[in-house]
Parts: sequence; C-alpha cells; structure tokens
Amino acid sequence: MLELRDISFGVSEDQGKKEILKNINLAIEDDKFVVITGPNGGGKSTLAKIIMGIEKPDSGAILFEGKDITQMSVTDRANAGISFAFQQPVRFKGVQVLDLIRLAARKKLSVADACEYLSEVGLCAKDYINREVNASLSGGELKRIEIATVLARGTKLSVFDEPEAGIDLWSFQNLIRVFENMRENTKGSILIISHQERILEIADEIVVISDGAVAKHGPKEEILPKILGTSSAQGSCEFYRGDR
Amino acid sequence: MDKILETLLAKVADLHGVPSGAYNIRENGKAVSRNTTANIDIVSREDGSGIDVHVRPGTKNESVHIPVILSQTGFTELVNNDFYIGEGADVTIVAGCGIHNGGSAVSRHDGIHRFFVGKNARLKYVEKHYGEGDGSGERIMNPKTEITMEEGSYMEMESVQIKGIDSTKRETIAHLGAGAKLVVQERLMTHGNQTAESDFDISMDGVNSSANVISRSVARDHSYQKFFSNLQGNNLCAGHTECDAIIMDDAKISSIPEITANHPDAALIHEAAIGKIAGEQIVKLMTLGLTEEEAEAQIVNGFLK
Repeated sequence: MLELRDISFGVSEDQGKKEILKNINLAIEDDKFVVITGPNGGGKSTLAKIIMGIEKPDSGAILFEGKDITQMSVTDRANAGISFAFQQPVRFKGVQVLDLIRLAARKKLSVADACEYLSEVGLCAKDYINREVNASLSGGELKRIEIATVLARGTKLSVFDEPEAGIDLWSFQNLIRVFENMRENTKGSILIISHQERILEIADEIVVISDGAVAKHGPKEEILPKILGTSSAQGSCEFYRGDR
Repeated sequence: MDKILETLLAKVADLHGVPSGAYNIRENGKAVSRNTTANIDIVSREDGSGIDVHVRPGTKNESVHIPVILSQTGFTELVNNDFYIGEGADVTIVAGCGIHNGGSAVSRHDGIHRFFVGKNARLKYVEKHYGEGDGSGERIMNPKTEITMEEGSYMEMESVQIKGIDSTKRETIAHLGAGAKLVVQERLMTHGNQTAESDFDISMDGVNSSANVISRSVARDHSYQKFFSNLQGNNLCAGHTECDAIIMDDAKISSIPEITANHPDAALIHEAAIGKIAGEQIVKLMTLGLTEEEAEAQIVNGFLK
C-alpha cells in the first residue's frame, strides 16, 4: 500500500548539508499497524512528514497503492487517502471542534455523528463539540481532538507523529486505549511514530530508524525484545519523568 | 420590493421579506414601510432627521428591525435615531445599513444612534454594514453609537462589516451605571483600498459595572485599519478589551488599546495581537484535503464567525 524507495532528505547548515534520511527503503502493507521508533534526532518525524508531503525528499520515490505520489501536494495526498496527526496539534481561533471534525469528514456530519468521534477518543462530546480549537484546550485535549479528526477521515493510511509528546501520564493511559481500539476497529494501515513500549506492544511490525536509516524492520515479536530497555522503547515511568 | 432592496435587506438584517414585530425600513432618506406593536412605538422626528423608538417597560422577547438602504448613487444622509428601552424590558434591535452604489458619485450614510437602556433591561443590538454595486463611487458609512446604561442593565452589541464599505469611521461611547454590563463584539474585514477606523470610549461609572470589548478583524489587499479603545474605570468595576487581527497581503493595521483607572478598585485588562495566518494552520487543513485557498478562507471565516 505504501512504499518508500531510496528516500533521502537533508537540510542546509553552516557547515554544508546535513543528511537527515539516507536511502530509506520501507514497505507498509495493507491493514497493518506499524510503529516507527528509534533514538531522538534519528529522522522519524521527518519521514512521517515526507509521507504526508509536508516535506519533499531530495531523492527517491513514494508509492501509494502502486501510484507514484512523490510530486503530489499535501491536499492531493490527503484526498488520495492519507491522514496525518501532528505531533503538536495546531490551534485555530474561532474554529470550533465541530467545524474541524466536519472538515475532516468532508461532509456536513450531524452533531451526534461528530460527537461519536470525540467519544471514541475519550472526550465527553457535549463538553467539547462547541469549544474553539484555541489555547483554552490542554495539550492532551488537543491531541485527542487531533486523533478524532483522523478517525473522522477514515482513510486507507493514517500517520501519527509522536502522539505521546507533550501530554501527561493520565492522558497517555487514555491514549493507549484509543490506539488499542483503533487497532481492533479501523480498516486500513496505521503508522505511528512512537518510543512508547505500550504502543510498540500493540504493533504488528516495528521499524527502528537510527541515524537516518532503517536499522531494523520486522514483526513485533522479533524486534521488540531487541530494543526493550533502550531509548527506542520507553516504559511509562521513564516517560513520566521525562527521561529521554 | 425590488431586487436590490431585497438583497441588501438580507445582507444587513437577515431579512427575507417583511420582518415580524416592529420595524422601520428606510430607503434613500424616506421611511418606506413601518410597523409598531402594542409595546414598541416608532415615531418619526418632525424635521425628518430620524426616528425615536420607545420600548415599554417589561416588554419581553420582541424585536425591532430598522434597516437603512441607500441605492441611489450620490445620496448622502445624516440620521439620528434614539432608542428608549424601558425598565426590565428584554428586546433585540437589528440595525443594518446597506449601500448599493452603481454610479460614480459618493454614497454616504452617517448615523448617530443613542441608546437609553433602563434599569435591569436587557438589550441585544446587532448592526451590520454591507456595500455593493459596480460603480466607481465610494461607499462610506460613519456610525456613531452613544450608550447610557442604567443600574443593573445589560447590553450586547454586535457589529459586523464584512464587505463593500470603502471608508468607515465608527465611534462608540458608553456610560455604565451600577451593576451594568456591556459586551461588544466587533467583526471587520477590509479589502481593496478600504479604510476602517474604530474608536471605543467606555466609562464604567457605577459600582460593579463591567465591560468587555472584543474586536476581531482581517485586513487584506491594501486596506488600512485602526482600532482604538479606551476603557475608563471610575468605580469598583471590571473591564477587558481585546483586539485580534489577521493581516494579509499589503494591508496595514494599528491597534491602540488604552485603559484608565480613576479608582483603586478598577480592574482593567487590555490585549492586542496582530499577525498573519500561521503556515502550520494552512498545512493542517491541507492534510484534511482542503486546497491552500480553501484553507485560508476557512481560517478567515472561523476567525470572523
């Protein structure tokens, strides 16, 4: 369903070009739950942005359902069936949660239908549906609304960039349940960038990206034991202490 | 009702046909239709300079529509309207002004609205401004609002100008008695070479009075906006003013919030922010399948909603 061929990406720095991703080759199959992990600064988030089209690779090709989408805009990729949940969800003054969910669904959902998505991410819908997506919402609330917009889109591929970043432990425990539910109920592939052991545990496959390259890729049963206790698989206590 | 009148009425007063309740429709300087109710009386001034609206004490859930339409190019007028809201009444007044200028001469409406809000009365006042027409003549509106609020009264003022007014200077002066509360929501969008000035001067005179002035605006193209607000706390009171603006293209915006405490128990806050649409907001909406243009329109519409 998604194939990355020889993807390279670099940024210009004072001392010349810094390579972030080096010849990444990766295939994500249909209906798989895949977690990408690895040390910070290894290029994971950049890879997620390249899949959505927010960043363009310097070389290589991206194929989605057999079609080359390397040159496609973010809008076209979204309409082709890719969704993206931001690591730091964006705030909008004046735009209500309901507006955002309706935009995501691309139809005028009834309030009751829109509320369903909020309930799925563990938010009491009536308290949130008419709230503005502004600074009055906490990091955990925004994160869940962000995930609700991805659920409302119901696309073939959903990419989540570090869903655990910037939220407290209590919200994180709830978030795990949301992903466990998605794991069971969602059709299509799910790609999550995460260090969290609890998220890695529900994966079908784990990809370890380190120093801009794919270091390991295989079934969870094979990869997880090898990375437990490293920065690629953190327990929630370390997470709580912010021990990265 | 002709087509131009119909469109303008829909834009400025959300009216489709004749409104229910009390109303006075003024077109090119003349009252073309009017209705009064048992509780609301509308009286023309003898010199033709405007109307007086009297709402009886205790009147509940009634509305008054007083749209003004200018459809004749080159027409200019100055209108004085007074509104007396009786004690304990709870009413909505919708005043809008629409200009259709299909010619080359300046069309201009200057209006002075004075509100006397009685003890414990509640008033919602909605004012919409809209201009259209393909003539080169300018469309100008200068509304002035003077508000006197008695003890325990509440007034919510919503003023909207989204399209088509080339030049506007809006002035709002208010005096609040004990326990009176005033909420102002202003929404403004300017484009082309338009200019808009907004000036609020609010005196919180009575004990426990409060005021909240919120302005949201979008300036595009080569337009210019200036926002000025002064909240004066003359007693134990609470005041908040907030001006939030999105700047686009080659527009210019000035925001001058001022708060003056003339009493040690006055609590006053002002906030002002000007900025362009954040790139990440556009990208987020593009990940939902909107084009860049659709994303921008969505952000602006939400901001001005």
